[in-house]
Amino acid sequence: MTETTVTAPLAADGRIETAVQRMRRHQRLVLALRLAVLVFLIGGWEFGVRLGVIDPFFFGQPSGIVTKLIDWTENGTSIGPLWKQIWVTIYEAGAGFLIGSAMGILCGIALGRNQLLSDVFSIYIKVANSIPRVVLGSIFIVALGLGAASKIALAVVMVFFVVFANAFQGVREADKNLIANARILGASNWQMTRAVVLPSALSWILASLHVSFGFALVGAIVGEFLGAREGMGLLIATAQGSFDSNGVFAAMIVIAIVALLAEWILTMIENRLLTWRPDTTVNE
Amino acid sequence: MSAIASPSAVALKNVARRFVTPSGDVLSALENFDLSIAPGEFMAVVGPTGCGKSTTLGLIAGLARPQGGEVTLFDSPVTGVDRRVGFVFQQDAVFPWRDVLGNVMAGPLFRGVPKDKAEATARDWIIRVGLKGFEHHHPHQLSGGMRKRVALAQTFINNPQVLLMDEPFSALDVQTRELMQEELLQLWAQAKSAVLFVTHDLDEAILLADRVAVLTTRPARVKSVHTIDLPRPRDVATLRYDERFIAIARKISDDLREEVLRARAGH
Repeated sequence: MTETTVTAPLAADGRIETAVQRMRRHQRLVLALRLAVLVFLIGGWEFGVRLGVIDPFFFGQPSGIVTKLIDWTENGTSIGPLWKQIWVTIYEAGAGFLIGSAMGILCGIALGRNQLLSDVFSIYIKVANSIPRVVLGSIFIVALGLGAASKIALAVVMVFFVVFANAFQGVREADKNLIANARILGASNWQMTRAVVLPSALSWILASLHVSFGFALVGAIVGEFLGAREGMGLLIATAQGSFDSNGVFAAMIVIAIVALLAEWILTMIENRLLTWRPDTTVNE
Repeated sequence: MSAIASPSAVALKNVARRFVTPSGDVLSALENFDLSIAPGEFMAVVGPTGCGKSTTLGLIAGLARPQGGEVTLFDSPVTGVDRRVGFVFQQDAVFPWRDVLGNVMAGPLFRGVPKDKAEATARDWIIRVGLKGFEHHHPHQLSGGMRKRVALAQTFINNPQVLLMDEPFSALDVQTRELMQEELLQLWAQAKSAVLFVTHDLDEAILLADRVAVLTTRPARVKSVHTIDLPRPRDVATLRYDERFIAIARKISDDLREEVLRARAGH
């Protein structure tokens, strides 16, 4: 009997180990293939330029982009130090994101909880949502000037509708049983909103926040395109004006890094807020 | 029955509840519905599926209004959600984002009890339903039976004088259901609340209740009320093999089968 109890776990362990090894090997393979794709694309681009197949005047050149980035970090850009431009854009996008999502969540919950409000305002929100919002950027520049305010306003508009729609839907999807239960347990309307509606809408709202930080960045950058004194958008516009494709690509890479960092932070916040969900550990 | 002037915990008199379907038809769930439950009485309601059992509970809980007749709690008409009422739902209605402690203390907190007092009472109730050690588990980490215990503690902590239960154990496996029935009888014996227990399981109704009401098919009326004179405390595990139990079950089951067949014919 002692023998079987000893050998059985060993055999099981052995099998688990090979399964783990197989998984690790698979992960290594995926990583290697990903790198290969990257090297192939960037290398192909670089070689294409060197062999004269791709015109670097229009499409840039990887080595040129890297040189540009180093030049920017060491000597600053044509419109001032690089970090300053990054900071300005993060500030505008971040402020727009915070204001827009706060407004979106508040309005979404208010309209989701109140049938009359939603009946009255839903038509206007639909209409407003169908306007191409980027066009509003021109109006904001005229009204609010070349400073940060006009970019923040554009970012707010970009973010608001996404967050609003999700918050509204999240409130509407709140489980009817949970609401009935809370009412019978004695919850007032306000307690209901806080204890039942908000938590159940939270996963919807958080999902929209992921998307909407990207929109906030687009709002800030387009705003800077249209008229600004500093920021990544202006940097791109300047590079475009001097036919500097490498500059455009370099700015694009910087913005992509900012967006990825923001996404990472949001995912961390989401996992912290939704620990009660059974599947949070699966979400990477 | 109507001659008895004794006080009632719950009374439905000539109640009608109708719905307008999306196609514009009027669907009658309850019509001429009369039922009365004495304080501290355990009443079970059985009937064909979809006959309006849950509708009845919604009317008593104040979640819906009748189109005709009167629903009263302790002889005063129901105008909204009443604090004396507790409700255990068929599906899980515990809050998934709160741990067991948070779920059980939700009722007192909603009703304005100070946090430390609510927490102390909640811990006491968690022990009483046998969930000690699980205070900080979230519902998804518990089994179906344990979630039902949370729901029971969440409801009983408010000391309901009227307890409404909508097929609360129907989703549980047979063994767990038996345990929960036993547990419910113990909790009820201490709480002394009037219970209206809706179920489609006739055995369950007879095992638990003082009286069993059989409903007709839609529109639902009370077809008959049977007094279950089995002594208490009842042993849920063995009582169903008792001859008296079987005799009662046979009698009510004939009554019920008629309605089930009529319901099937109607569809």
